[in-house]
Order: sequence, then C-alpha cells, then structure tokens
Amino acid sequence: MSTTATAEATGGQTGRRRPSLRSVLVWGAVAAVGAVAWTVLALARGETVSALWILFAALCSYAIAYRFYSRFIARRVLQVDDRRATPAERHSDGLDYDVTDRRVLFGHHFAAIAGAGPLVGPVLAAQMGYLPGTIWIIVGVIFAGAVQDMTVLFFSMRRNGKSLGQMVREEIGIVGGVAALIAVFAIMIIILAVLALIVVNALAESPWGVFSIALTIPIALFMGVYLRVLRPGRVLEATCIGVVLLLAAVIGGGYVEDSALGDALTLSKEWLVVALVVYGFIASVLPVWLLLTPRDYLSTFMKVGVIVLLAIGLLLARPVLQADAVTDFAREGTGPVFAGSLFPFVFITIACGALSGFHALISSGTTPKMVAKESHVRLIGYGGMLMESFVAISALIAAVVIDQGLYFAMNAPAGATGGTAESAATFVQGLGFDTTAEDLARAAASIQEPTLISRTGGAPTLAVGISNILTDAFGGSLAAFWYHFAIMFEALFILTAVDAGTRVGRFMLQDTIGNVWKRFGDLTWRPGNVIASAVVVALWGSILYIGVTDPLGGVNQLFPLFGIANQLLAAIALLLVTVLLVKHGRARYAWVPGIPLVWDLVVTMTASFQKVFSADPRVGYFSQRDLYADARDAGEVLAPAQDAGQMDQVVFNSTLNGVLQAVFALLVVVVAVHAAVVVARAFRTRGGVPTTEEPAVPSQLVEPAGLFATAEEKRAIARHEAEQRELAGSAR
Amino acid sequence: MTRTLVEHVGTAWRGVRWYLREWSGEARWDAYLADCAAHGHPPMTRREYERRRSDARERQAVDRCC
Repeated sequence: MSTTATAEATGGQTGRRRPSLRSVLVWGAVAAVGAVAWTVLALARGETVSALWILFAALCSYAIAYRFYSRFIARRVLQVDDRRATPAERHSDGLDYDVTDRRVLFGHHFAAIAGAGPLVGPVLAAQMGYLPGTIWIIVGVIFAGAVQDMTVLFFSMRRNGKSLGQMVREEIGIVGGVAALIAVFAIMIIILAVLALIVVNALAESPWGVFSIALTIPIALFMGVYLRVLRPGRVLEATCIGVVLLLAAVIGGGYVEDSALGDALTLSKEWLVVALVVYGFIASVLPVWLLLTPRDYLSTFMKVGVIVLLAIGLLLARPVLQADAVTDFAREGTGPVFAGSLFPFVFITIACGALSGFHALISSGTTPKMVAKESHVRLIGYGGMLMESFVAISALIAAVVIDQGLYFAMNAPAGATGGTAESAATFVQGLGFDTTAEDLARAAASIQEPTLISRTGGAPTLAVGISNILTDAFGGSLAAFWYHFAIMFEALFILTAVDAGTRVGRFMLQDTIGNVWKRFGDLTWRPGNVIASAVVVALWGSILYIGVTDPLGGVNQLFPLFGIANQLLAAIALLLVTVLLVKHGRARYAWVPGIPLVWDLVVTMTASFQKVFSADPRVGYFSQRDLYADARDAGEVLAPAQDAGQMDQVVFNSTLNGVLQAVFALLVVVVAVHAAVVVARAFRTRGGVPTTEEPAVPSQLVEPAGLFATAEEKRAIARHEAEQRELAGSAR
Repeated sequence: MTRTLVEHVGTAWRGVRWYLREWSGEARWDAYLADCAAHGHPPMTRREYERRRSDARERQAVDRCC
C-alpha cells in the first residue's frame, strides 16, 4: 500500500528512535536561549530590559511545545492515523468538503481565528505589568489554547466536521446541547457588541480614521464588482488594487482632516453606533460576493502584512520595556483600566491570545472539512494557535514599550481622567508617573489626533505602540501615518468579524427557529434572512449603544463580560474533548484537556462569582447597582454620573450585565454537570463506549505530515505518483 | 552545482505565487480545467465557473473570529 509509507513516517505508533546528535544540539540550544530569556524577564527589576527578551522567550517556548508536546498529543492522546481517509477525501465535493494543502489550510485557519481579541486583550492586561501577561499568553497557549484548537479540530474531523453544538448534543446530551447552543448564541452577541465598541472608541472624533474606514466600503464594493463582472476570479489582481487604494485612503485621510470635510467626518460615538448598526444590517443581507468576500481578502492581507511588519519593526527598533514587571494594580486590584485583581482577571482579559472558546467554533466549522490528512491537525490546530499567541505577544510588547503615563491616560475611562490633558496628567501623576499635560498633548499632536485621553478599548493604544515601533524602526516622520494605518487595519478586520459574525448569528437563529417554523429555516427565503439579520443586529446594536453611553465606561464594564463569555465557551469545548477521550477509552490521557479545563473553570467561575457577588462595587455588578440605586433614591448623584438620568443608566446597565454574567455561568455549569454524568457512566463501563465517530475508511492520498516534507515522504509521494501514472496508463 | 542567486529568487517567487494562488482560490480554475481535460468534458467559461463558486459561498458561513 502506498499510503503506509506516509503513515510510517508520520502518524506512526511505532517505537521511539534515538534522537540524532544534531537534533539534541539544536533543541538544547533552543531550550537554553528560552531559559535565558525567561530568567531575564523574571529577575530584571529596576533596570532597562529589551522587549526582545519577551519575543525570544515566546518563540523558544513555542518551538519546544510544538516539537514535543503537540507531537505527544497527536501520537499518544489523539492517535492520529494517516491511513484513515479524512472527510475531505471521503466526501470531496469541491465546496464544503475539499482536500486542501496543509500549508494553504493553515493560512485559511489562521485567517479565521485571528481577529481583534489577541490584539486588544493583552493591551488592557498590560495594566498589571508585562510579566503576568507574558506568562499567561505563552503558558496558556501551550497547555490550553492550542490544545483546545487541535483536539476539537481532530474530533470534529472524525465526525465529518460536525459543529461544537452538535457534538455536545450528541455526546453529552440534549440538555447540555441546548445550554451550549444558547451560550454560543448569547456569547456571540456580546462579542460582536464589544468588537464594535472597540471600533467606535477608535473612530470617535477622529475624521482621519472615519474617512479611511468609510472608504474601505466602496473599495470592497469595487473589488466585488471586479471579481464578479470585470475579471471573474482574478482575486490577487483585485486584492492588489484594493490594498493600493486602501493605502491611498489612509494617506488621503491626513489631508481630509484639515479640510472642510474634516468637520463633517468628526462623528460622535452615538452617530458611529447608528452608522455601524445600519452598515452591519446591510452587509449581512447583501450577497457575499459584493461586500463580504472582497473585504475579507483585504482584511486578511492587511492582517498578515501588519503582523510581519510589526515583527520586523520590533527586531529593528529593539524597544525597551517601560512598564513594571508586575504593577501595584495586580496586587491590589484597583486598576483603572479594568477592576479586579490579577487572579482571575488577567486571564479573563487576555482571552483570545492564550485560550479562545470561539476558536472551537472554527475548529468545528469549515476547517475540519478541508483537512487532507489526520496528522495535519497538529500543524493547523496547534500551530495556528501558536501563531495567534505570537500576535498577542506582539500586541503586549507594543503596549508596554510606550510611556506608561500615556498608557493609563489613554485607557482609564473619562470619569477617571476628566477628559482633558491637564486633568489626565493630574490623574496619572497620582498613579505615580511623571507624565505631564504637555507630554500628553505632544503625543496626540505627533499622530495628528485631537486628543488621546480616555481612548479606551485597546485599539488606539496598540496603534500608538505600533506607530512608535515602526517610526523607530524605519525612521522618517511618519508617526501619524503609521497610527492611522494601524487603526484602519484593526477597524477593517473588526468590521469583517462583525459582518461575518452577524451572518453566522443569522444562520444560527434561522436554523434554531427553523425547527418550529420550517419556512424560517430556509436560508434562501428573503424575508427570513432580513428578519433574522435585523434581530441579530438589533441585539448587538443595543448592547453596543449601552456600552457607548455607559457613564462608567463601556470597555471597563463590558470587556470582562466578553472575556468571561469567551473563556466559558472554551470550558464547554474542553469539557467535550475530555468527555470524548474518556468515551474513547483513553481516560489516562484525559489530563491533557482536563488540566486546562479545571484551570479555566476555576478562573471563570471565580470571575463570574466576583462579578455577581462581590461586595466591591467596582467589581461586583449587583453591589454596583445597589450603590447607585440607593444614592439615586436618596436624590444624590455619584461621580462619574453627572445627573439623575445617568444614575438610572448605571443602575440599568449593571443589572443587565450582572444578569447576563450569571446566566452564562449557569449555562456552563449545566453543561459541566451533564458532562460529569457522562464521564462517570463511561468510567463504569470501562474501555470505551460508542460515540458518533465515523468508521475508518482507508485513505488513497499520500501527503507529508509536517510543515516541510521529509526526504522519506518525498520518496513516498514520488512512488505514489508513479503508481498513479501507471494505473492511468494501463486503464487506457 | 551551486545554484545562482537568480535561481533562488526564482524558486522563492514561484513558491509565493503558488501559495497565494492556492490560498485565494485562483488556482481552482486551473484544477477545474485539468479535471475537465482528464475526463474529456468541455469546460464552462471562467465567468460561469466563478459565478457558481461565489453563489455556493452564499450558503456557507464565513468563519471569522474575535
């Protein structure tokens, strides 16, 4: 059999070989460099530390984890088998199921999982110092995030690419399945609202930003028409034109700002909400070829381009860390960016860069239907998530190399900074920084923004960091261009996520309601599309509006909800994987998803408990509600609220947030209890119980397993191709 | 024996081009043509082919994460 050549070379359960001297030396060196980098980061206090140490610590840790831990998971835990045909091979239809080159699929998968989360989470978490964030992004991805992505991808692939919700329903039970379905939908709405909130905060009062982002819409429309009518299928041509136009739009924004058009484009947050909601609705009902697909090409190219640019910039600029390793806020939990102590809130805030429940939806969505060989889940699932973590590390570096007085002036809510350079300077000086009002004004002027005070949400801070790094790296006086370039790139793919998310939400809603009202489930029925889209947009739009007008600061209030929701989704995914390993009779490896699962449950349940029951009104939603409700009833107005209306608003918002928080946590508890019952039952029967895994079918494909083909694999492929030619020849 | 710089650049360029064409789906058309030729079907026009592909995409969710 030709396929066994690959199986032996890659998937094999065969005994271990002695490592070669070269391999021992190489991996020894990687481990040594990594160890030195970690030591420098851990021990350096009060001296200048280069940000490159973070980069080296990350890259060496990733390399070792990929080489050893992911291989262990592939071979021992999952027992990937390259002699088994994947769904892509068995059902190949060129559309949903399609055998895809592992490197190409890696690109698709990475583009699907990477979004704004890993960029803004670490920026906000930087208020705790650089060390907690660095440790969790790296350790978290190795033992939690990448494990989740890879194992969910594997189990979904063994089930013809079933979705997370379907697998939970079939493997854990109907109640757990329904709970998971509701949780996924609700969490999606929160995520869309928070993403949109980040865009609003980045674009408010910034005509340059609004201009360049607004132009992405006609640019995408043009590309859509180009690909549909003018020159069908020439994606690269259209994308090149699009990128050039996009850069022109960023440059043009600088001129527009000073012109009469500038005033017209200076939009308040409320108007931006309206614009986003209208846009989101239209985008989700338009045909995908017109707006969504071309915008997606643009945003993916920009995303990858900026990440590469930032990595090169970091190497050239070699910035020095400005933040403390661990700040006082980490110990006291009194930080202005988000409330709460290091445990559990640093883990909640970083979210996507270390562990993201949302990836489980993608690992059980399109990707498993395109995997060519089972062994590829290692490169695509584990490797893709390591790459995402690298993005998070870069974002963290960008936030901790800028002046930390500026960092807090930008990220504390307006209620704390007072909104002007003078009051903000007083505020950050109170925190112990010597940043002056002139410094803050100069920083804003250098990037040609009217102000940087309380530009919360992480995106503007990241853009300032990127702008500083790239200006240092490449010279010139392009700081303002780089800032708006970075804002445009973040907003571009957040908007892509909002478009796509609204569509996914629409599909979920139509699918669910379709169970009781058949007609509504028909995706081609226009009124159904419009109604479902309107419902989804109205849901995230209203939470967005609540966040934008929240007197306590929308990011401060909503980001923890977003983070906890995402981590709770991860808990559901890890529960499923743990249950499946036990059901497959591999309980001795259940610790692989089990350890991150227990950790994640402890973190999210502690955080949920504190958000619901904490007596500290800055942390607990309900004690916050009581504080403001009592004051309101006594006829008082508590800062930062400015009148009785805002007092009502705070009371309403904290009640809503508290209820949502409690509901999310309860849904996960329901899934967890059902999972525990299933696990207990499986244990009693010993040695595996039936699951919905598809039966094995021998594979006819010969493909390399890793990123690079080994000499042995190349020979196997050549042999297979020769056989195929012979077969074709004898058939004629 | 040793390849010249020009050859290296050429190989790298072809690799990048291959990757981008595969990633963006442009290469699907070539695969379709080759498939038609192998089976002796007359291929449809590119316009028609691409239209079918984009219409099929209408019913698929686009996975994009936070």
